[in-house]
Amino acid sequence: MDFNHSDERRMLQETLHRYLSDNYGVEQRAASVAHSQGYSEKVWGDFAELGVIGALFEEADGGFGGSGFDIAVVFEELGRFACVEPLMASGVMAGRLLSALGSDEQKALIGDVIAGQLKVVPALEEPQSRYDLDAVETTAEQVDGGYRLNGTKSVVMGGPSADKLIVSARCADGLMLFVLDANANGVERYSYPNLDGYHASDVALVNVEVRSTAVLGASEAVLPALEAARAAGVTALCAEAVGAMEAAKDLTAEYLRVRTQFGRALGKFQALQHRMSTVLIEIEQARSALINVAGHLSAEPFLRDKHVSAAKNLIGRVAQLVCEESIQLHGGIGMTEEYALGHHAKRLMMIDHQLGDVDYHLERFVGVMQSEAAQERA
Amino acid sequence: MDLNYSADELAFRDEVRSFLDKNLSSALSEKVRLGKRLSKADLEEWHATLNRRGWLAVNWPVEHGGTGWNAVYRHIFEEELCLAHAPRTIPFGLSMLAPVLLKFGSKAQQDHFLPRILDGTDWWCQGYSEPQAGSDLASLKTRAVRDGDQYVVNGQKTWTTLGQHADWIFCLVRTDPAAKAQEGISFLLIDMKTPGVTVRPITLIDGGQEVNEVFFEDVRVPVGNLVGEENKGWTYAKYLLTHERTNIAGVGFSTAALAHLKDICGKQTSGGKSLLANPYFAGRVAQIEIDLMAMATTNLRMIAKAAAGQAPGAESSMLKIKGTEIRQAINDLTRRAVGRYAMPFVSEALDSGANAQGVGPEYAAAASPSYFNNRKLSIFGGSNEIQRNIISKAILGL
Repeated sequence: MDFNHSDERRMLQETLHRYLSDNYGVEQRAASVAHSQGYSEKVWGDFAELGVIGALFEEADGGFGGSGFDIAVVFEELGRFACVEPLMASGVMAGRLLSALGSDEQKALIGDVIAGQLKVVPALEEPQSRYDLDAVETTAEQVDGGYRLNGTKSVVMGGPSADKLIVSARCADGLMLFVLDANANGVERYSYPNLDGYHASDVALVNVEVRSTAVLGASEAVLPALEAARAAGVTALCAEAVGAMEAAKDLTAEYLRVRTQFGRALGKFQALQHRMSTVLIEIEQARSALINVAGHLSAEPFLRDKHVSAAKNLIGRVAQLVCEESIQLHGGIGMTEEYALGHHAKRLMMIDHQLGDVDYHLERFVGVMQSEAAQERA
Repeated sequence: MDLNYSADELAFRDEVRSFLDKNLSSALSEKVRLGKRLSKADLEEWHATLNRRGWLAVNWPVEHGGTGWNAVYRHIFEEELCLAHAPRTIPFGLSMLAPVLLKFGSKAQQDHFLPRILDGTDWWCQGYSEPQAGSDLASLKTRAVRDGDQYVVNGQKTWTTLGQHADWIFCLVRTDPAAKAQEGISFLLIDMKTPGVTVRPITLIDGGQEVNEVFFEDVRVPVGNLVGEENKGWTYAKYLLTHERTNIAGVGFSTAALAHLKDICGKQTSGGKSLLANPYFAGRVAQIEIDLMAMATTNLRMIAKAAAGQAPGAESSMLKIKGTEIRQAINDLTRRAVGRYAMPFVSEALDSGANAQGVGPEYAAAASPSYFNNRKLSIFGGSNEIQRNIISKAILGL
């Protein structure tokens, strides 16, 4: 048993930590948030050069990592600095789909993604789909030599800066995925910032014509691949949340040490000490849940998804506790936009709205529990 | 024991409903329901509407233009306004300054300022908190030094709600730095147009600018603007803070917000069905409704006591804590209810009268901003931690 990261991963984490310390302060972050596409070209190029994008991919795809723990170390650091660059969308979710389902030509895109030259973004969810990946109403109609797509994809993370989209659609044979140019005829993006500083788009597909070569994977392979991609995405989100929790906890503990009211530091009031202790205990729980999901990312789907739902549920609950307690323990100053705490607090809450919230994953976990019980009875 | 309103009270409730029906425009109530930011004009328009009916100053005596209502009538009125999604009235002049002036102000101050609060001439804001004086308000440092028939004020106030609209600010200032913290404080009225007063807006994490910093640099204030006696300001401030506040529990706000939440649940789907058909989500909503039903009765118990002439004491701390917890819990569920549409943030779409295109259903736009904005409920007006201190000391004797 060894809960330490390998030397390579530790080095990657330290490199990224140093880079973000030096290059992702409040002002640089604000510049990415204010950018019309929600990222900095400079930072993105540096991520590629430092190997941060490559670390998210397996060697077979031209990367040098790709395991759950590689994803975890990268995203924990991004979370610690409230980084808004669209790495999860492009590097994790789309990368997994291309790797699992892509033709040689489609897999060749991964090299450009790792090099920071190309952003491929999954556009899966729809206005009515809530957190279900298979509640797809976008249609793919077979036409001569290809397909015609119609439908709407909503709150596509990383949408504004996407060069290519991976779109899910329903056709006569079932669920399908397509890789298409984000600027193709009939693709209309309405882009906007999110409350946490990330950027997203609503994407309307109006009679978008694609060739058969745009199809990504066989229909029966789509849903399992989507679940595997979501597992990797949830791992990234959980790690990002743990990083944000650590940052919020550090800011709050420091504030309790220096802020004086009634003639003593706030941190000397026992009632507040106890609440801060609870925050610390729960963050350790969150870190363990992250280790569980990262460690089972390559496990068989049933066990993997059990950990996915356990982690996303637990971390969603702890994220809310950390967000609310760190604001409350700060008082008014914790609610101001110019102070970094608010950035972490907002991100912690918004993570719950990506890839399934606390309730969604509780329901899925109950499903796992019930089928385990049924197996035991059988 | 009788849990029902009397016939007179019910008749009054109908009267309020019919007034709201005729006088609250749907444009205005829609903005409130959807959580948009109200403009100064929106708020002034609503004040004028209530004033025309004589229902603006609900807690003033009749001789000063108030309603003279008892606590039950005030409660009915406030609850109906909330349920109809009326804008809140701005409390600083009406229910914070006015009671202090009525009890401790000079006749000249009452005659000058009270009518101007009613007719909207003066918009008041509150100058209490300072950067180093939050929960520990008595440690405030803003200094007022007597110079002939003026005070010279230097210092800074913060978290001044809607100070950007204000004509006047009532301030706690230190007039005797040698005295014990609570004993050297005075209550001073300052014209915001006086040279040396600067207002700087603070952007909060919901993207709005409802609070401000107010700076005072050699601001000269006539001594006639001192309320009551010099160095007795803490007594007045405490009177203001513990002055009977029937709405502190926010039952009306919570009831309206819960109705809005259920409305959203009916429109949001989960697995192809209404969100209220999802037992996980429905359970959360039910839990809050159960809590709210009980708190509504706790609130009525306190109101009945107040109407019978018993001044509420530390009980209002209880209502503040429970009331804000429930309001925050409803905000939390509203954010959850809208699913992924809790993320987009087109700030301009939340402004009153804005044409900016939002994202997703109209009701989703304010869900997360309101969740974050209402973190303030457990911070301001004496944080919930301070309220717990009051309960342990005043009720439990610990």
